[in-house]
Amino acid sequence: MSLIAITEVKKRFGDNEVLKGISIDIAPGEVVAIIGRSGSGKSTLLRCINGLETIDEGSIVVAGAQFLPDEVHLKALRLKVGMIFQQFNLFPHLTAGGNVMLSQMVVKKVPKKDAEAVARKMLDRVGLAHKFDALPDELSGGQQQRVAIARALAMQPMALLCDEITSALDPELVAEVLAVVKELAAEGMTLVMVTHEMRFARDVCSRVVFMHQGRVHEIGAPEDVFANPRTPELRQFLGVQ
Amino acid sequence: MTYHFDFGWLIESLPVLLKGIRITVQLILIGAVFGVALGIACAWVRALGPKWLRPVVATYVELIRNTPFLIQLFFIFFGLPSLGIRMSELTAANLAMIVNLGAYSCEIIRAGIQATPRGQFEAGASLAMTPFQTFWYVVLVPALQRIWPALSSQIVIVMLGSAVVSQIAAEDLTFAANFIQSRNFRAFETYIVSTLIYLALAILLRQLLAGLGWMLFPRKASR
Amino acid sequence: MTEFSFWDILRNLLLAARWTVVLSLVSFIGGGIVGAALLFLRIGGRRGIQLLSRGYIQLFQGTPLLMQLFLAFFGLGLFGIDVPAWLAACVALVLWTAAFLAEIWRGCVESIAKGQWEASASLGMGYLQQMRYVILPQALKVAVPPTVGFSVQVVKGTALTSIIGFVELSKAGSIVTNATFQPFTVYGLVALIYFALCWPLSKSSQLLERKLNVAHRNH
Ligand SMILES: Nc1ncnc2c1ncn2[C@@H]1O[C@H](COP(=O)(O)OP(=O)(O)O)[C@@H](O)[C@H]1O
Ligand SMILES: [Mg+2]
Repeated sequence: MSLIAITEVKKRFGDNEVLKGISIDIAPGEVVAIIGRSGSGKSTLLRCINGLETIDEGSIVVAGAQFLPDEVHLKALRLKVGMIFQQFNLFPHLTAGGNVMLSQMVVKKVPKKDAEAVARKMLDRVGLAHKFDALPDELSGGQQQRVAIARALAMQPMALLCDEITSALDPELVAEVLAVVKELAAEGMTLVMVTHEMRFARDVCSRVVFMHQGRVHEIGAPEDVFANPRTPELRQFLGVQ
Repeated sequence: MTYHFDFGWLIESLPVLLKGIRITVQLILIGAVFGVALGIACAWVRALGPKWLRPVVATYVELIRNTPFLIQLFFIFFGLPSLGIRMSELTAANLAMIVNLGAYSCEIIRAGIQATPRGQFEAGASLAMTPFQTFWYVVLVPALQRIWPALSSQIVIVMLGSAVVSQIAAEDLTFAANFIQSRNFRAFETYIVSTLIYLALAILLRQLLAGLGWMLFPRKASR
Repeated sequence: MTEFSFWDILRNLLLAARWTVVLSLVSFIGGGIVGAALLFLRIGGRRGIQLLSRGYIQLFQGTPLLMQLFLAFFGLGLFGIDVPAWLAACVALVLWTAAFLAEIWRGCVESIAKGQWEASASLGMGYLQQMRYVILPQALKVAVPPTVGFSVQVVKGTALTSIIGFVELSKAGSIVTNATFQPFTVYGLVALIYFALCWPLSKSSQLLERKLNVAHRNH
């Protein structure tokens, strides 16, 4: 059974139809890379899965729960899928530890002591146990993004959505973030990643989705998609003849 | 208790009101033009002018911004005659508004100048322009464009603040309202009407300034 | 007629300045409370309520404080009571201050990056939790300099209450002038006392602003 079932999803911004009927089923433990040109609707799709945007048609079902745009359903949905953003979006007034603890305490009502223990464990998992008391300001971009991952993991989601999580990083900081993601994949976490790191997509992902103009243009195992692109659009995107 | 509103007096008081409106409009038009001009001059001094003049302007700006307009008005109208400087109510009101707006717009425009990229000054200099030429031809217009919304708000604030010039018997809209309510004994209604007129004037002035900005700076904000 | 020395004048003005301070404090604190309520209605309330609070803010920002004082004075009078000047002054100044503070604070809330709303939403927080734990703590920090800055406007605004007969610093200035015929000295002193009250507030607002900007640049 699929963990995330996306069926015929359509999304419009005014007259601009950004998603024109997207269907993807994602099984538990799968690592799916979404690639495609800027403006093809990758971020919008991810934001729909997390309920940051409402959808106009179709359905999104996560672990058997239907996406419905009211506060109760949204909260249930967001407890099942976490999201990591390109710009990290850490809370600047809280320490790294505070960032990881906050939502556990206010959303899940976890007692402070337990939340702290979880936060320490999660920060350790991303290699930042020693930065528990550091403010986001005092961390490098790569470290901030790892804290953001720990923050999402602390909510014990069944899947993580990652939207170009290395695009805002200096080149030398990309590897440390990807290493964390790779480890998560190895541990069996379900991941949906929008990424421009083709090498990473090839090595780590179980499936690659190529989006073009609001549609799933090609989908398949990375070996197939990268080695035998069937459409001229994907060939052009990959820069092969 | 029931209170019966009565606006019957409005018709016969119309000429007085209209005269008051005319004076208020006249005050803000003159005040805005000369006040902003003074503000530009002061902003130039503070940013690029002679070193010895800078603290003088800074003191003027701080003094005005940290004292009530009412007291500035009283000082000009009642205080200055002790130095032999006498003027009519309207002149005093105008002068007070210019001096007041001059200080505020100086600060606003200065912020606009400070936001100018260094390269603009350097480009001017590299083209053999004097600092003043660079200021006048290169820096000023984009600076004004940057701060036009803030400047517009300040002009509206000064217009609303001008209501107190009635206290030195300058015959503005508030003076007219005071006069009317002393005759009709309908103070509340009279002030409701004059308040609404001020509101309309403020909205109108805002539109006017937006239109003016649109004319002066036709291109999209360059940042 | 009694002779007034310079020190008599100054003493009388300083005594009256106490009322300027008291009125400023009442207006600022009262205005802060009403303003906070207004802020929540303005950004969180239902659509009709949002429009209403927006109308309130625009009305008070778009009309002279002097007219608001007159309306409070004569409007409260309609209820048949003899309205003391201090009451009308407090009511008008509180309502006026509230409108400005609500608008200043709204700007601060809106200055918080959209990503903060999204990140907290993606963690499952509801609107009130986002506000309470993520947005307001950041907005409050940004709000301090302009709020302190606006307190200067409040102090200066109290001068207008002299016109409806409340005896504070400005009114005392007029009274002393009428007794001494020394308008230059008296209004000069009045101005200096206002300056002494306002300038530290202006300056600290500027310093706080600068500190905040430096902190922001380190991001
Ligand atoms: N909030 C929004 N309002 C209007 N249009 C939007 C909004 N978000 C995205 N879009 C539009 O949707 C299209 C797809 O955007 P996006 O999903 O961000 O693409 P990608 O992430 O693939 O670059 C773009 O044309 C963009 O302009
Ligand atoms: Mg995107």
